[in-house]
Amino acid sequence: MSGYILRRGLEVIPTVLLVLTLVFLALRILPGDPAIAALGEYATPEALATFRQKLGLDQPLWVQYLAFVGHALTGDFGVSMTNGTSINALLLSSLPYTIELALAATLIGVVIGVPLGAWAAVRRNRSPDLIGRLFALAGFSLPDFYVGVLLLIAFSLHLDWFPMLGGGEGFLDKLHHLVLPGITLGVVMAAFVMRLTRSSLLEVLRRDYVRTARGKGVAERWVIFKHALRNALIPVTTGLGIYLLTTLSGTITVELVFSRPGLGQLLIGGITARDYTMVQAGLVVFAFFVVLVNLATDLLCAAIDPRITLR
Amino acid sequence: MSDLAERIEVAARRGVIASYLAGNVLTAIGVALVAVLVVLALAGPWLVPHDPLDQSFLSASQGPSAEYWLGTDSFGRDVFSRVLLGAQASLAIGVTAPVLSALVGCWAGMLAGYFGGWTDRLLSRFADLLMSFPSLLLGVMIAAALGPGFRTAIVAIAIALFPRFVRLARSATQVVRREPFIDASIAAGRGPFAIMARHVLPNIAGPLIVALSLWIATAIRLEAALSFLGLGTQPPAPSWGNMIREGMGDLVGDPWPAAFAGAAITIAVLAFNMVGDALRDLLDPELET
Repeated sequence: MSGYILRRGLEVIPTVLLVLTLVFLALRILPGDPAIAALGEYATPEALATFRQKLGLDQPLWVQYLAFVGHALTGDFGVSMTNGTSINALLLSSLPYTIELALAATLIGVVIGVPLGAWAAVRRNRSPDLIGRLFALAGFSLPDFYVGVLLLIAFSLHLDWFPMLGGGEGFLDKLHHLVLPGITLGVVMAAFVMRLTRSSLLEVLRRDYVRTARGKGVAERWVIFKHALRNALIPVTTGLGIYLLTTLSGTITVELVFSRPGLGQLLIGGITARDYTMVQAGLVVFAFFVVLVNLATDLLCAAIDPRITLR
Repeated sequence: MSDLAERIEVAARRGVIASYLAGNVLTAIGVALVAVLVVLALAGPWLVPHDPLDQSFLSASQGPSAEYWLGTDSFGRDVFSRVLLGAQASLAIGVTAPVLSALVGCWAGMLAGYFGGWTDRLLSRFADLLMSFPSLLLGVMIAAALGPGFRTAIVAIAIALFPRFVRLARSATQVVRREPFIDASIAAGRGPFAIMARHVLPNIAGPLIVALSLWIATAIRLEAALSFLGLGTQPPAPSWGNMIREGMGDLVGDPWPAAFAGAAITIAVLAFNMVGDALRDLLDPELET
């Protein structure tokens, strides 16, 4: 096991380097001169030169690359090109909003998705199953940001139950601001969790030990909860890693709907303003999250099913 | 005893018939919706009652009426005409990107599956890396590099779907590769590319077509999300995603444009999902989801 952790952990290093290289190269393809984009077309050549020098854009490409990798690994992203504020400060203030949203959505997704999926599997091909399948179909077809817009129209504009914009101040106010975006992403996630729980439980219910338990005369409810569901939840748990990443990318659109000052807003704002230090930092942080969640998922899988470590 | 057996059988049959009917009705609805969407996308410019770009402040932000069936947006443009024309942008990107991705991805996957060894390791590793990123995030990253626009959306979505086609084609090719007729072809002196084109491709086409139809739905949703973020189809050209984006500006005064554009996305994605599901059941009945 410890050998596997070490091996899997070491794999992260080339992955991170490759991702950083891709981000660096991608942004160097960006059409347009970042200095002109930041200072405007009528900036004097001297001002442009000073600007390039300040950001190190006058250096050879490989020097820029090393500096970029070094800064990314030490977590120093410099200053925003459009407003001069420290990007680290911006990241620190926006990260909690994104992480809280992703976690709230995951919680809602599991709390709705697992019972619904189990219910659908136990009552296979009956009305609960049909309801569950329609729910899943809707969840796959409704874009998350549209769900957000509809909730916003209904519960903020018309009923005035929840605030329309922003992230809130203080614990209760933040929680109040989190409800609608959380439900938006949570419902979509619930559709995925529901479908996985259903198929996984159906698979387990066919196993011999379930038949044995039933044959011994164990109560059906006990068979389902004690024997079947526990085992059925293993693939669901490992699937959560993938859903967490989907939800994380979903925060980008949902933050725009609810004007939540999170990471996605920073990144999209950076892209539209052609603030390329900001875009660079946003992409790197998102990429780090992806690598981290994938690592955590793999280790979790190995902890649940030790056979994986032997491969 | 026979009474019980009969009751069980009736109950089971009722359940099966109910789900079969539900499945078939859904399929029929899905096929009909896709057909309507395709017609609208092709004939949209001749069907629109108003010019979708025509602005008029006299008729701005109205609700649905006999003149403007789905109301007008804050520029006074007819929402119905814009939703109709939006089908064009959505389908153009939603079909082009997966097809492009399938063409490239399928060959990459066949190469990996056919040759194995280093080719396989390199291609699989790259596909795994791309695959570890959620498709929307990948789309945003590529849009950040290429700058917003119609072509960006196609490239971004094609790259986001690429690793899925690679994986699918690779594993299918590995199975076909072991068939005796491949060895026979090699013995007959055919080159690897000729074998892939003539013998491997036709044998792996089924699952690829199913995947393609399911990922058209994904591509339409991605296009909408990118346009909503301002990275895809650029205004004033209408697309469902950027209509929601523009509608967000005046949700209080006029929620109709955003609501109708979103409904259009949902219907389109739903339709392609239903057709894809049906195709999968037809071609791959073993797959229980």
